[in-house]
Amino acid sequence: MRALLIRELRLALRAGGGFGLGLAFFLILTVLVPFSVGPATTLLGTIAPGVLWIGALLACLLSLDRMLALDFEDGSLDALATAPLPMEGTLVVKALAHWLTTGLPLVVAAPALGVLLSLPAPGYGWLVISLLFGTPALSMIGMFGAALTVGIKRGGLLLSLLVLPLYIPTLIFGADAARRGAAGLDPTTPLLMLAGVSFGTIALLPFASAAALRMNLR
Amino acid sequence: MTLVLQDLTVARGGLPVLTGLSLRLESGRALILRGPNGVGKTTLLRTIAGLQPPLSGTIKGAEDRIAYAAHADGLKAMLSVAENLTFWAQVYGSPNITPALDAYALEPLRDRLAGALSAGQKRRAGLARMMVTGRPVWLLDEPTVSLDTDAVAMFARALEAHLTDGGSAILATHIDLGIAAETLDLTPYRAAPDAYLGASDEAFL
Repeated sequence: MRALLIRELRLALRAGGGFGLGLAFFLILTVLVPFSVGPATTLLGTIAPGVLWIGALLACLLSLDRMLALDFEDGSLDALATAPLPMEGTLVVKALAHWLTTGLPLVVAAPALGVLLSLPAPGYGWLVISLLFGTPALSMIGMFGAALTVGIKRGGLLLSLLVLPLYIPTLIFGADAARRGAAGLDPTTPLLMLAGVSFGTIALLPFASAAALRMNLR
Repeated sequence: MTLVLQDLTVARGGLPVLTGLSLRLESGRALILRGPNGVGKTTLLRTIAGLQPPLSGTIKGAEDRIAYAAHADGLKAMLSVAENLTFWAQVYGSPNITPALDAYALEPLRDRLAGALSAGQKRRAGLARMMVTGRPVWLLDEPTVSLDTDAVAMFARALEAHLTDGGSAILATHIDLGIAAETLDLTPYRAAPDAYLGASDEAFL
C-alpha cells in the first residue's frame, strides 16, 4: 500500500504527471475573475468564497480522467487487479495520492488567492477549513467516476457529466461554510454537513468504485 | 498445488468463445495454448487470472497464485526500470529485484526511464515483473512479441528455472521455445456461434 502511494506521488511529480495542472487552473481562474468582474472590492469580497470553491472544484475535475485511464492504457491496471492488494484499498490509495497532489495544494494556495479577490479577513480560516474538509470528497467521488468510465476512449466528457451532479452537495455546503465564515456568521452547520459528505463518500465509494472497475476490466 | 479447470465456458463481450474446456496443470509443467486469432486465448488467460468470471465451470487452485502478463507490459513510462520492478516487488513482498534484472540482462538499463526503452527492452522488463512476483503460476499472453532471438532464449531459460522450482505456466504463443511443454489446441473447444447461453454479462441491464 505504501509502495503504491509512493509510486503514485512519484508519477504525479514527474514530467507529464499532472501535478500543478489543477493548481495552475485555479490560479488562472482566480486571477482572471477580478479582471472580468471589475474593481468593485465589496462585490468581489461577496463572491470570493463561491468563486474560490468553484475554482477548486473545476481544478479537481480537470485531473480526474488521468486517475485510472493512464494505468488502463499501459496495462498496469490489469496487473494491479491481479496483485495481492484489495481493489478497494488500491483505489483509496490512488484517491489519496490524487488528493495530496491536487486537493492539498489547492487548500494551501486558496488563502493567497483569496487576497486577489479581497476576501474579508474573517473568511480566510473558514475557507481553508471548508476546502480541507471538502476536497477529499472531490477526489473520492472523482475516483468513482473514473472507475465507471475507465474503459471508454475519450471518456472525459462522460466522466465530467457523471461527476458534476455528485459534486453539487460538496459545493453547496463547502461554499456556504466559507461564505458564512467570511460574513462573520456561524459556519458550523454547513461544515458539519460537508464533513458528513466527505466521510460518507470515503466510507462508501471505495466499494462502489471497486465494483465498477471490476465490471469495466472484464 | 494443481491448477484445475473443469468444464469451463468463457465469454468475451457476453458471447461465449470457448466451451467445455477441462484441464489440469501440475506444478513443474508448462502448457502452451494454440489456436487461430480470436479463438479465445487471451479471454481464457484473463478468466484464469480472475479478471473476469467464467460463464460456467470452475477454476481451482488459482486464488492468490497467479501472475498475469498481458499484451501490455504494465510499465510506467516515467519511472525507471528499477523503480518499476521495485514497486511490483514491494507489492508482492519479494525481497529484491536483482535476479530478475540479471535474468533479462536489464542491469545496464536499470536507471533508464521505461518510456525510453525499445519495444523489446520493454517486453523484457515486463517479463522480469513475472519473476519479482514470486507467484507459482505464470499466465503469459504472447510473451515473445518483439523479442529478438537472444531475448527469447533468456525468456526460455527464466521459464525453465521457474518450472524447475516447482512453478507452472500457461502460455499463449506461436513460436517454439525449445522447452518441454504440452500443447493444447483450443480450436475444438470453440463455442458454436449460435450458442448464446443467455450469457449477457452486462452489469447494468
